[in-house]
Amino acid sequence: MTRLNSPEKLECARKEIVSRIDPTKPCISVCAGAGCLASGAAEVIAAFKTELEFHGLTTEVNTKGTGCPGFCERGPIVMIYPEGICYLKVKPEDVAEIVSHTIKEKKVVDRLLYEDPATGTRALRESDIPYYKNQQRNILSENIKIDSKRIDDYLAIGGYAALSKVLFEMTPEDVMGEIKKSNLRGRGGGGFPAWRKWEESRNAPDPIKYVIVNADEGDPGAFMDRALIEGNPHSILEGLIIGAYAVGAHEGFIYVRQEYPLAVENINLAIRQAAERGFVGKDILGSGFDFTVKVHMGAGAFVCGESSALMTALEGRAGEPRPKYIHTAVKGVWDHPSVLNNVETWANVPQIITKGADWFTSYGTEGSKGTKIFSLVGKITNTGLVEVPMGVTVRNIIENIGGGIPGGKKFKAVQTGGPSGGCIPEAMLDLPVDFDELTKAGSMMGSGGMIVMDEDTCMVDIARYFIDFLKDESCGKCTPCREGIRQMLRVLTNITTGKGKEGDIELLEELAESTGAALCALGKSAPNPVLSTIRYFREEYEAHIRDKKCPALSCKEMIAFHIDPEKCKACGSCFRQCPAEAIHGGKKLIHIIDQEKCTKCGTCFDVCPSRFGAVRKISGEPVPAPIPEDKRAIA
Amino acid sequence: MDISRIDQIIDKHDGEASSLIQILLDIQSEHNWLPKEALKRVCERLQVPMSRITHIATFYKAFSLVPKGRHQVHVCMGTACHVRGAQRVLDTVQEVTGVKPGETDSDLKFSVETVNCLGCCALGPVMEVNGKHHGNIAPSQIASVLNNCE
Ligand SMILES: Cc1cc2nc3c(=O)[nH]c(=O)nc-3n(C[C@H](O)[C@H](O)[C@H](O)COP(=O)(O)O)c2cc1C
Ligand code: SF4
Ligand code: SF4
Ligand code: FES
Ligand code: FES
Repeated sequence: MTRLNSPEKLECARKEIVSRIDPTKPCISVCAGAGCLASGAAEVIAAFKTELEFHGLTTEVNTKGTGCPGFCERGPIVMIYPEGICYLKVKPEDVAEIVSHTIKEKKVVDRLLYEDPATGTRALRESDIPYYKNQQRNILSENIKIDSKRIDDYLAIGGYAALSKVLFEMTPEDVMGEIKKSNLRGRGGGGFPAWRKWEESRNAPDPIKYVIVNADEGDPGAFMDRALIEGNPHSILEGLIIGAYAVGAHEGFIYVRQEYPLAVENINLAIRQAAERGFVGKDILGSGFDFTVKVHMGAGAFVCGESSALMTALEGRAGEPRPKYIHTAVKGVWDHPSVLNNVETWANVPQIITKGADWFTSYGTEGSKGTKIFSLVGKITNTGLVEVPMGVTVRNIIENIGGGIPGGKKFKAVQTGGPSGGCIPEAMLDLPVDFDELTKAGSMMGSGGMIVMDEDTCMVDIARYFIDFLKDESCGKCTPCREGIRQMLRVLTNITTGKGKEGDIELLEELAESTGAALCALGKSAPNPVLSTIRYFREEYEAHIRDKKCPALSCKEMIAFHIDPEKCKACGSCFRQCPAEAIHGGKKLIHIIDQEKCTKCGTCFDVCPSRFGAVRKISGEPVPAPIPEDKRAIA
Repeated sequence: MDISRIDQIIDKHDGEASSLIQILLDIQSEHNWLPKEALKRVCERLQVPMSRITHIATFYKAFSLVPKGRHQVHVCMGTACHVRGAQRVLDTVQEVTGVKPGETDSDLKFSVETVNCLGCCALGPVMEVNGKHHGNIAPSQIASVLNNCE
């Protein structure tokens, strides 16, 4: 690969790459994101290669693996260009038909298209699917256009044009001005304006400065950073180099969690290719600007995503937070000014430069501009990544994009902001999602995880879950955090195991107050899941404490399984699958559960055919005695 | 224990003390755990105190100071998986293997570990066995997956 040493050379190279692309040539793009790979995308890609070879079409048809377009639940996703046909849940067995039908005869394989569950109509293209129709995918839509392992694909869609513009047409002050005008707020948590950190670092007298990508994504249930860094690593790299130029840094770090091996691989490859082309290293594009970047793997500790902890980890020490009397933007890695931003924050930067701050601010609300990617997961029909303009209502996301709650269940709450966030109940579904509205509601944006919960989710258990998570993840250095979390967990565990006492709710509220005195935001925000569930679901706490009943029938210690003798048809499904051998049954014999042996795994409930629905979950009432031996025979 | 291999890993990171975590990750990925001799070597070569190495090796979840089993079972306990029944998956894995999370059985067959999100939440609950994901796993399918491990 030749090094490009001027903006003209870059444009020439781009023209050359684009000219080599024949827009009429068929191309099969398969999502090679983590979700689709887990559902067998690699096998599908291999099957396409074999099948095309078999038909002698290898040179006539391109195949590529791309980044995640977001509809992960329906993966592996296959797109056929130039028509833009979108096939979902493709299996290797479908490949022969796709090649013979769609590629050779230009016909559509109907059964692989998206089918609207309400109307039964099928959507030919991605843009016809309601899931996508209701989104504004400024950042995410690039994922499916490129093979993230090929820099040429990124150049073909205009990659590194923003960097070139910045280096040759803008001063660092201009860049700063544009970012300030865009009012880009950090996508990783608190929503702190990016320009303020940049300016603080820029103005710090120390000449050695760093820029850092926070790709730790410790928030369980969130995977947008992963999708971006795997699917379009150059966009993050480009944003980082632009930021470095603006603040005057010549060295950068990308901190990625080791649980994301594909992200590590792709970003390393992107850096190598960018170096070969002259976008990183010395004298970038012949501008005289130097910048190098290193990838650093995290080793699995949530607290390492916190800015000061992350910087300590970069120095090769255990990542523990420290007090930030002096901002890390002034005194960060090895005490030098360090600008740390989230993956998605960096990914916005090239677009703001290319399309302008006015374009960016045309999306969003007064205080929160642009779009935000959410990971919509849990009890929701369409799970995956969703990019919408800030200010869209929660209801819009859940109903129009997410397709509502599956299985005819009732919506209960959506949890946003991860362990530092809170729950939004049904009454607040019309809340617009932006940084400030979510905070007002007692939750927060966080990195954008949205976990949907239905009637089967116990809200006390969810609070316990987050507190348990934080107990493991607290670095334990400061007492309010360590002890406060431990005590809250003890009380919550008591409540969910039926040992709750009057006064426990008040005790939790008191503990929440003292935990808030912790050093870093992990401890400070730890009470949020507890307080927000108490605020909106107090009656569930009371049912656990007072009636010893879990209304969601979820807390294991407070439920029992019982087979309704009227409904049991003696099919034996539960009998065969009960791992604890707790079920007594036989041919034409009503089945019964030995409560002593039952481990409450719930398998019997799952496997009893829905047309019988004989297994019941009960809570807060005594289990009916098993029917006597002589009454068990079914006529 | 091949010390020259440990040296190679250290050299790959230019023998820099700031790469300590990265070096330990490389050793861990090769051995599945951090053998004592390897740590001693790292200590000598990087000139960092053993106490700092042990601190890091115990602070981060990725590291193990005891040998791991031949089959690594990871159960995702992330929020998305949690609301879709991850606890039941974990309970069942524990029952089938007889191994508690964070532990390894005595004949080094299974190591069971919990993780906080594997990044494919749309498929939750997720169990990962030797790097292969099993999405939407139901407790009733677990025994057959694990019984396929030799
Ligand atoms: C305990 C804790 C964990 C965090 N984890 C992450 C993370 O995984 N990714 C992230 O981008 N920010 C995380 N943050 C927020 C960062 O400290 C920091 O605010 C953010 O990365 C700054 O980037 P932004 O301004 O672009 O959002 C975490 C904060 C805390 C307190
Ligand atoms: S809950 Fe599990 S252990 Fe109890 S009877 Fe049903 S299948 Fe058996
Ligand atoms: S699965 Fe249902 S119907 Fe079949 S034996 Fe069990 S309880 Fe009876
Ligand atoms: S991983 Fe393929 S759509 Fe998300
Ligand atoms: S929460 Fe389990 S994969 Fe994300």
